[in-house]
Amino acid sequence: MFSEEMLNLFGEGTLETFYMVLTSTLLAYLIGLPLGVLLVVSDKDGIHPMPIINRVLGVIINLLRSAPFLILLVALTPVTRAIVGTTLGSTATIVPLVIGSAPFIARMVESSIKEVDRGVIEAAQSMGASTMQIVLRVMLPEAKPSLLVGAAIAITTILGYSAMAGFVGGGGLGTIAVNYGVYRYQTDVMLVTLAMLVIIVQLFQELGMRIATRIDKRRK
Amino acid sequence: MEEREIIRIEGLTKRFPGKDGDVVALEGINLSVNAGEIFGIIGLSGAGKSTLVRCINLLERPTEGRVTVCGQELSMLKGKELREARRGIGMIFQQFNLLMQRTALENICFPLLLAGVGKRAAEARALELLEIVGLSEKRNAYPAQLSGGQKQRVAIARALANEPKVLLCDEATSALDPTTTRSILALLKEINANLGITVIVITHEMRVVEEICSRVAILDASHIVEMGRVEEIFKKPKTAAARRLLFPGGEQHAEIPAFGTKSQRMLRIVFDGMTPFEPVIANMVLACGAPVNILFANTRAIEGKTVGQMVVQLPEAQDAVSRIEAYLNTQNVHYEEVADHVF
Ligand SMILES: Nc1ncnc2c1ncn2[C@@H]1O[C@H](COP(=O)(O)OP(=O)(O)O)[C@@H](O)[C@H]1O
Ligand SMILES: [Mg+2]
Repeated sequence: MFSEEMLNLFGEGTLETFYMVLTSTLLAYLIGLPLGVLLVVSDKDGIHPMPIINRVLGVIINLLRSAPFLILLVALTPVTRAIVGTTLGSTATIVPLVIGSAPFIARMVESSIKEVDRGVIEAAQSMGASTMQIVLRVMLPEAKPSLLVGAAIAITTILGYSAMAGFVGGGGLGTIAVNYGVYRYQTDVMLVTLAMLVIIVQLFQELGMRIATRIDKRRK
Repeated sequence: MEEREIIRIEGLTKRFPGKDGDVVALEGINLSVNAGEIFGIIGLSGAGKSTLVRCINLLERPTEGRVTVCGQELSMLKGKELREARRGIGMIFQQFNLLMQRTALENICFPLLLAGVGKRAAEARALELLEIVGLSEKRNAYPAQLSGGQKQRVAIARALANEPKVLLCDEATSALDPTTTRSILALLKEINANLGITVIVITHEMRVVEEICSRVAILDASHIVEMGRVEEIFKKPKTAAARRLLFPGGEQHAEIPAFGTKSQRMLRIVFDGMTPFEPVIANMVLACGAPVNILFANTRAIEGKTVGQMVVQLPEAQDAVSRIEAYLNTQNVHYEEVADHVF
C-alpha cells in the first residue's frame, strides 16, 4: 500500500517520537520529581514547613500549567534556540516538552506522595527519621505504585504535546501527520500516523498500569 | 525496689493556634512515671491523650512546660539530638502505621537502617524480634496479608528494634477485637516484665487499664483530674470523669425500670478480693427489710485480683438506708453514694 520510502519515513518518525518523548519525560522528571517532593515537604502541614517557598513554587507551577502548550511552544523559541541552537527537529522540541510538562509532573508527584498515610510518616518520625530519610525511605517507596501510574500519564501527555509540536516542525510522527495529512492531503498517511500514536499511547498506559499493579503490595 | 523516675512532665501546656482563637489541648499537666511500670492514661475522645503522648517524644512541641525522659530534657532538644533521643522511645499506634510496601521483616529492619545499622545485623535483630512477638513464620508477609493483631505485633517488634527504654502505646488495641486485645495486652505485659521497658498505655477503655496498668492518670478536657494506683481509683473514684470511665455506656442502665421505688439515690458497692456478691446483697436485703434494685454489676481483674462493683438503687425510707449502711459497715466492702448524673 505504501512505498518503501514511506515505510522508512514511518519507522524514522516513530523512532524520533520515542527519542523525543522518552528523553523529555526523563528530563522533566529530573525537574518535576524534586519539585513535587518539595511541594509536599514544605507545605504548612508538611514535615518541614517552608510557607514562602511553598507559595512561590505553587504560583510558578500554576502559571506554567495554565499556559496552553502550543503557546508555550512558540513563546519558548528564544530559549530553545539559546539552548539547542535551532528550533526545528526533535532535539529542539525536547526543550518546550520538558518545560511544559515538568510543572504538571510536579503536581502529579505531589498528589501521589500526599496519598501516603500521615500515620506512617509519623511512625518514621517517632523512630528518629530525618526529613531526607522520610522522603527517600518512606514517601517515595510507599508512593511508588501511584508514581508509576503518574509516569504513564505523563508519558502519554508528553506524546500528545510532541504531536502538537509537529505543527511547528517538531519532528517525529507529528510532523509527518502535518506535512502529509494537512499540507498534501494524504489522508491515509495521516491516519497511519494517528494509529501509530494511539498504539504508542495504549502501550505506555497499559505497561505503566500493569507494573504499578504488580509492584503494589497493598492488596494481596 | 527503689522507684526511679524515667519520665517527668512539668507544667505542660499545649495550644494549637486556630482561626477563632487557640485550641487548648493540654493545660498544666504534671506527671511522673517510674522506670519499669505500666502507666495508663485514660480519657474520653478529644480529652488530649494523643497530644500528651506525642509531647513525650516531642512529635508535638509543648507550648509551655518541660518534658524529661531518661534524665534528658527533650523539650530543649532540636534537630539531630532530638532525633537521636527519639530512638530511645518506641511508639505504637491504633492504625499500626506499618510501611505497606515492605514485608514484616523489612518493617522491623527499618528503624535499624535509619539508625545506620548494617543490613545483615539489622535482619538478625529483626528475626529475634519476630520471635519475641511470635510471628517468625510471617517474616515475608506484607502488612496487607496480616490480621490486625499480627500487624500490631509487627509494629511492636519494630518499636522495640532500637532497644528503647520506654514504649508509648496510643490506643494500640482500639482497632482490635476483645480476644486480640487481650493477647496484645499480654504481650505488652510480657515485654514490660522480661525486657524491663517502661510502658505508657493511652486508652479510652477502662478494661485495658485494669488489665495491665499499675498506675493511671485520668485526663478530662485537657487536664489530669485524677491519678493514682488503679485499684484505688477503681475503689474510690473522686471525680465524675473517673466514674464515667468506670461505667462505660452507663446511660443504658438508667433505662432499667425501677420496681416500686421512686428513689433516685444510688449506692456503689465495691467488693474487695474474694468476697462474693450474693451473700452480701441477700444479707443486706434481710438486714434492712426493704428491696433494693440492682442497676449495674460486674467483676474485673485488677492486677491479678478480682474486684467487683455493683450499683444499687436505695429504698426511699431513710431508716432503711441507714440500716443498709450499718450492715455494709460490718462487711469487707467499700461503698459510696453516687449521684444519678453519672448514669
Ligand atoms: N494538630 C492539631 N491542630 C489543632 N487541634 C488539634 C490538633 N491535634 C489535636 N487537636 C485538638 O486537641 C484536642 C485533643 O486532641 P487529642 O489529643 O487527639 O485527643 P484524644 O487523643 O484524647 O482523643 C482536640 O480538641 C483536638 O481537636
Ligand atoms: Mg487519640
